[in-house]
Amino acid sequence: MQKQTAINRPSSTYLKVIGAIVWKDLVAELRSRELLSAMLLFALLVILIFNFAIDLQPDLRITITAGVLWVTFAFAGTLGLNRSMAVEKDRGCLDGLLLAPVDRSAIYFGKALSNLAFMLIVAMIVLPIYSILYNINVLNPGLLLVVILGSTGYAAIGTLLSSMAIQTRTRDVLLPVLLFPVIVPVLLAAVKASGGFLQNLPVNEIWPWLNILIAYDVIFTAVAFMVFEFVVEE
Amino acid sequence: MKTQPKVLTFLTILSVVLFLGALGMVFLFAPIEAVMGYVQKIFYFHISNAWVGMLGFMVAAVSGIFYLVSKDLKWDIVELSAVEISLVFFLIAIVSGSIWAKPTWGTYWTWDARLTTAAILEMIYLAYLLLRQGIEDPERRARFSAVYTLIGVISVPITFLSIHIWQTIHPAVIGVGSSSSQGSFGMTPAMLITMFFCLTTFSVVFITLLWYRIRLGQLAEQVDQLKYKIMQ
Amino acid sequence: MVMIKVHKLIKRFGSKTVLRGLDFDVHQGEFVALLGPNGAGKTTFLRILASLARPTLGSVQIAGYTLPAQAGAVRARLGVVTHLPLLYGDLSAEENLRFYGSMYGIMELNRRVQEVLEMIGLTLRRRDLVRTFSRGMQQRLAIGRAILHDPEVVLLDEPYTGLDQDACDMLDALLRDVAERGRTVVMTSHDLARVEGLATRFDVLSRGVISASTKRDDLGKNNLLDFYRQSLAG
Repeated sequence: MQKQTAINRPSSTYLKVIGAIVWKDLVAELRSRELLSAMLLFALLVILIFNFAIDLQPDLRITITAGVLWVTFAFAGTLGLNRSMAVEKDRGCLDGLLLAPVDRSAIYFGKALSNLAFMLIVAMIVLPIYSILYNINVLNPGLLLVVILGSTGYAAIGTLLSSMAIQTRTRDVLLPVLLFPVIVPVLLAAVKASGGFLQNLPVNEIWPWLNILIAYDVIFTAVAFMVFEFVVEE
Repeated sequence: MKTQPKVLTFLTILSVVLFLGALGMVFLFAPIEAVMGYVQKIFYFHISNAWVGMLGFMVAAVSGIFYLVSKDLKWDIVELSAVEISLVFFLIAIVSGSIWAKPTWGTYWTWDARLTTAAILEMIYLAYLLLRQGIEDPERRARFSAVYTLIGVISVPITFLSIHIWQTIHPAVIGVGSSSSQGSFGMTPAMLITMFFCLTTFSVVFITLLWYRIRLGQLAEQVDQLKYKIMQ
Repeated sequence: MVMIKVHKLIKRFGSKTVLRGLDFDVHQGEFVALLGPNGAGKTTFLRILASLARPTLGSVQIAGYTLPAQAGAVRARLGVVTHLPLLYGDLSAEENLRFYGSMYGIMELNRRVQEVLEMIGLTLRRRDLVRTFSRGMQQRLAIGRAILHDPEVVLLDEPYTGLDQDACDMLDALLRDVAERGRTVVMTSHDLARVEGLATRFDVLSRGVISASTKRDDLGKNNLLDFYRQSLAG
């Protein structure tokens, strides 16, 4: 029988692994749709509840919109993070990933990218619905940029923390508790920047917030990348 | 387990003495502030507690890194001890700050950068403890705790900075003005000496308590080992 | 050549010592059945060999590479079957194999996947989702996954658990095939009758060390059950 294994081609395998993980997550989710439907339903419910909880009078709406949207994304996001990791843990698939001769960081990037993809998919559905329900155009390129930057930071740190949480007894409950205190800069900057774009503020006023988002994304992706192996290796 | 080392006994006595001295200095030596009166004296304790809280956080973060590098579980005990003690001191700082704030600003709380970051820091401490509670295996518990401390220590300055920027752009937020505009006061030399004395006192108290707590942790570990031996 | 070389392996979980100075040498081509009572540490030992857990003290070498330092090289030569399936329920058999194949950087992946599917007798069901598979079929696929990259060493942890007669027979045939190709196999099992026909060597792990070891040829008149009982009593 011929040996079919590849002889060392490290860099191509690294990117291929990341791609394989993202592809696998997207295909599996497309078939079961459990994760996305849970996130979507939850997000829409939160938005509806906000309607009753905060009396969204027309003139108030623009200022409140950014806050409502980001609270929604933050909570729906934890659902996605939890589910995404639970799939790996429950059937032992995380071990399957760890058995592969690849750098652990490739697993991190793969999962983080698929988590990011799920968040963006949910955002792309929620935003138009919000526009229709509250008669505010949120499909603003600046806002979309903020959604991408904010979701990136969220997914970067969220993937790391959900990998930890999934290995504890308290699992689902623990993730929001761990995540929210450290995600505050992202939420704050995202809300201010989104609000700024919606109100058509001049770009130099929005710029400090975008800076914070970019800095956070870079810093925490780097930290998570370096620290991930401590979280998954025994 | 060795009996209490002499240095620790000395530190304990020193802590008590210094603390009494600090009380004396605050109430007898330091002058009464012109505008706020007696209430201002809380500041000495408030700032000292906050200082210890932050010091503890630094100790925890450094211990975490040492653990990840050396895998020696003693660093995990140091880290846990530092977090537990800082949690309490910081809580006292927040509460004492609120007590001071009510007569000065008319409100117990404002959402300025320092207070909000303080609250978030407390939440990180509590999250840390909750994390530890959910893990049985000591090695995994130590690893995860160290990682979370690291994440916390990096995110807190960014949090402070972002809230501060928010404050600068929108200075007068809720209720009364920011803490720097009202309620600030110049410090006379006597006040500065008192402040410095209090800071030193609290640092010594912190080290003493930390030491005690580490010993407690080591004892607990020994008990676990003995228990296991008997069960075999 | 000595494929697996374990010397004075100690594994501690906090104050609990599970493996106490274990020595274990396996030559190329041997098929070792690792027996022992529940809780003896078989799974822990296997996980350490599989590079999924780190030794507290002692040395482990597989195919000449040291764990944990050269874990990447070891993983490329290792195939592992645990009691969890390590398969993604929402992907098809084919997709699961292709996913793992790309994690191992296998060249001519398609051809190899079809080859393995045929070996495990799942060619007709290759497009079906794994969550529709019976336990026996999942186990066969799990083995397929483990040998996909043609590893030199195969580790199995209680692979017969929950399988019906047909599935057991198929598993037997597969394992015999793997052994015939000169691969080194270590398998833990409770089913003495089954391993008696398959393994070339029987080791007993008890109280954290290998308390007894015998080759099949040396069993002679004693049967395996007696050997096992004796080694535990001693």
